[in-house]
Amino acid sequence: MCGIAGLFLKNPALEPGLGTMLAAMLGVLSDRGPDSAGFAVYGAGKGDRLKFTLSAADAPTLEAALTRLNDTVGGLSWSLRANHAVVAVPVATGDRLSALIAADPTLTLVSAGTRMEIYKEVGLPADVARKFALSTMSGTHAIGHTRMATESAVTTRGAHPFSTGPDQCLVHNGSLSNHNAVRRELRREGIAFATDNDSEVAAGYLTWRMRQGRTLGQALEASLADLDGFYTFVVGTETGFAVLRDPIACKPAVMAETDDYVAFGSEYRALAVLPGAANARVFEPEPATVYAWERAA
Amino acid sequence: MREFDLAAEPVRALNAALHALPPDTNETHWRVANPQGKHAIAVGLDAPIEIQIDGHAGYYCGGMNKSATITVAGNAGVGVAENMMSGSVRIKGDASQSAGATGQGGLLVIEGNASARCGISMKGIDIVVKGNIGPMSAFMAQAGNLVVFGDAGEALGDSLYEARLFVRGKVASLGADCIEKPMAAEDRAALNAVLTRAGLEDVAPDEFKFYGSARTLYHFHVDNAGRY
Repeated sequence: MCGIAGLFLKNPALEPGLGTMLAAMLGVLSDRGPDSAGFAVYGAGKGDRLKFTLSAADAPTLEAALTRLNDTVGGLSWSLRANHAVVAVPVATGDRLSALIAADPTLTLVSAGTRMEIYKEVGLPADVARKFALSTMSGTHAIGHTRMATESAVTTRGAHPFSTGPDQCLVHNGSLSNHNAVRRELRREGIAFATDNDSEVAAGYLTWRMRQGRTLGQALEASLADLDGFYTFVVGTETGFAVLRDPIACKPAVMAETDDYVAFGSEYRALAVLPGAANARVFEPEPATVYAWERAA
Repeated sequence: MREFDLAAEPVRALNAALHALPPDTNETHWRVANPQGKHAIAVGLDAPIEIQIDGHAGYYCGGMNKSATITVAGNAGVGVAENMMSGSVRIKGDASQSAGATGQGGLLVIEGNASARCGISMKGIDIVVKGNIGPMSAFMAQAGNLVVFGDAGEALGDSLYEARLFVRGKVASLGADCIEKPMAAEDRAALNAVLTRAGLEDVAPDEFKFYGSARTLYHFHVDNAGRY
C-alpha cells in the first residue's frame, strides 16, 4: 500500500498555495504510507538555467559539499531546505556540474530540470512536508507520495518521486514483476538507475520512450505492453501531468476536477481537504486508460 | 434525530454508539455530518434504524449491515455494503470498486455509477445501479440479482454461479461462462421485485437483457482447463 497525491492547477491564482494544498493531502495519506514521503514541485524556472536538487546526510554535510563545488565552478548560489538544496546554473554549465556532483560521494543528485524540484526523506509524511517547508512552495503542478515499502529498502533514495530525466518524475502505488528484465534493457539504452526499486524502472522506461520522441501520453500507452504488474502511476513533466492504472485497476485512484484544478488522490479523503472539493467532478480513472493534461510551456 | 459530527468525534465513537443500540431502540433516526471520505462509517449495524450520511464516505461504508437503512448523500469508497446481510444501503452518488462484495442479503442502490468489480462474489444481495458498472463486475457471483440501468464494463459475470444479471445498456464483454439467456417468468418476477423494492417501478423489465451462468465451469473438466 502507498498513497499518491497529485495537483495540476488550471487557475494561476492558486499557484502560491500549491504547496499548502499538497501538504494537506500528504498528511491525510500518512496511514497509506508512513515510512517515507516525497514530492516534486514544478515551480518558477528560467529557460536558460538548469536546477539541480541535491541531498546529503545532513545540512552541514550538504553545505560543505556545495562550498567545495563553488570553489571549483565559481559563482554558484543555492537555496537550502533541510538536507536538500537547489542549485541553479546556466544550461551550458550543467554537464560539468553533473559530473562534479556524481564524483562527490557525500552528495546525491535527486533531480534536474528547468522547473522541477524534488524533496524526499524517510519519516512520517507530515514530518517530511514540514521539514522541507512544503507549504511555502508555489508552482503549477506537484506530485507527492507516501510510501509503504514492499519491493526495496526504506531509504531516502527508495522514496518517491523517482526522476530519470530532466523535469520528469513518477510516483507509483503497486509492484512491478518484470522490473529486473526491463532495467537491464534500459541500461543498455543508456538510462541510469540509482536504486533496485521497481518504480524507478517505470520512470526510466517513460524517460526512454520520451527520448525516442513520444509524448508523455504515448509513452504511457506503450508501457501497458511492456511493464507487468500492479500499478497506479502519476507522472509529471515540465508541462504535463498524467495518470495510468494497470488493466485490472488493482490499486485505488480517484480524481477531482474543477475549473481551478485537476487533483489525484489514492482515496477521496485526500481530495476532501482541497478547496471546492465538495462540488468537484469526482471520478475514478478507468483501467488501462491514459489520462493526460498539458499546459502551455 | 441523533446528530453525529465526524469532524468532532472519531468514526470509532460513532460505530460504538450505533452498536450499543438495542433492537427496540427509540433512536431510530441518525444523521452523520462531515464524513470527508472516512473509512468504515456505520459498519456492523444490527438494528432497524435509519442513517443519513451527509457527504462522501470512504471504504467499507455500511459493511456487514443487518436491518439498518443507510443513505449516503455523496459518493462511497471501496467495498460499500460489503457482506451486507439485510436492510438497505443507498448511495446518491457514485460507488468505487467492489460495491456490495460478498453481500448475503439486503438491497444496495447506487444512483450514480459503480466502478470495477461491482457485486463480486455476491451471495444473495440485490444490487441496483442506475448508472454504469465497471469491468469484472459480478465475478464469481453466486446468488442474488444485479440490475444495471446503464452499461456494463469488460468481463461481466466471469465464472458466474447462479446470480441473475440484468443490464439495460451495452455490455462491453461477457466473462467466461456468462451468457445471455431468455428471461423466464421467474427471472422477470425477480427483476420486478427488486425494482419495486428499490422504488423504481416505472422502469419496464422488458428493457433489460438477462445474463446468467452457462454452467459449464461448475465442475472441473479438462477441456475447460484453458478457460480458468
